[in-house]
Amino acid sequence: MTAASVADGTAVYLYGVARGLDPAALRGAAGVAGAPVRGVVEGGLTALVSTVRLEEYGEAALRANLEDLAWLEATARAHHAVVDRAAHAAPTAPVRIATVYRDDARVAEVLAAQRARFGEVLDGIAGRSEWGVKAYAAPGTPEEGAPDPGGGLVPSAEPLTGPNPAPSPDAPGSGAGTAYLERRQRERRRREDAGRRAAERAGEVHAALADHAVASRHHPPQDPRLSGRPGAQFLNVAYLLDDERVEGFLTVARTLADRLPGMEVEVTGPWPPYSFIDTADATPARGPEDV
Amino acid sequence: MPGERESASLADLLERILDKGIVIVGDVRVNLLDIELLTIKLRLLVASVDRAKEMGIDWWEHDPSLSSKARPAGEVSGGGDRELAEENRRLRERLAALEAAAEGKEPGS
Repeated sequence: MTAASVADGTAVYLYGVARGLDPAALRGAAGVAGAPVRGVVEGGLTALVSTVRLEEYGEAALRANLEDLAWLEATARAHHAVVDRAAHAAPTAPVRIATVYRDDARVAEVLAAQRARFGEVLDGIAGRSEWGVKAYAAPGTPEEGAPDPGGGLVPSAEPLTGPNPAPSPDAPGSGAGTAYLERRQRERRRREDAGRRAAERAGEVHAALADHAVASRHHPPQDPRLSGRPGAQFLNVAYLLDDERVEGFLTVARTLADRLPGMEVEVTGPWPPYSFIDTADATPARGPEDV
Repeated sequence: MPGERESASLADLLERILDKGIVIVGDVRVNLLDIELLTIKLRLLVASVDRAKEMGIDWWEHDPSLSSKARPAGEVSGGGDRELAEENRRLRERLAALEAAAEGKEPGS
């Protein structure tokens, strides 16, 4: 950070990059911390940015704030609102949350330097949108059962002291230990069976939908406490659809629940194509470029 | 459509936003290890809690920054299980510390 921006106490938060965005699309948009969103334009690309205070979005502050789930949710929702608004108006590639630059001039520099890369990403998502499909076992479907309370953590039923049957010397495997292991094995088999059935149905759902999509990406199933609905989730996939295939896709999704009893299907979208921005190189989170 | 977006579930949102998007290095550089930690934490929250428990991972039940969200008030699990798990965790930590200490001494003398 330069001395100037530190003295100023502000920086610039980048939400994403759009191509050929009508400036009017950003009118009245509010970003993180409620700040107005503006566009930084450079060679046909528009960077969606807003001003943030370093005391909230500086390095040390971010490190602390990102660990705060309430702060993270507010920032994620604001980030999404801006990207979503732009995505409805023009092809828009989101950048990773909490990408912060010194000032608008730096953002313009990055747009120019990364022009080819942004162009490639935008080519891949132009005229397309992301749709989420989650499939649940309908509540009360017996095979999904209740989550096993033991969780494999605690052998709670075994008395630690007391009158254990003395292990007979010619049958060293018998006794409480064996019974416990056998019970665990049965439990594991039961879970594996249920898992196999769920996987089969997940495969059917996915096969029916994937035909309509340009690409798909599996997300891990969500916990009921976060998804806010009961029933085991056995499929959670994002699909990238050409705009003209959306209707057909939705029709198939709606009929799936009828075709596969004991299952509920939830569709969300359209989303900005978050799941289809190339993240293969994202794990180390340190781009070789932009120094 | 904005109205609909407002109601996007936190789980749907976080799994899309958290580690997605073009990664470009900003001028403000956040400690990447910390982000990694956060990502792991939330991935676990977003992923099946039961599966995480099967792997013996239940830290969120002890993490004050997450427990309020992760564990609805009033929900009570077996206190005995909880204590045992907690003791288990403490013992594992002590073991790891002892092993680390032993390893440190070995090569020298």
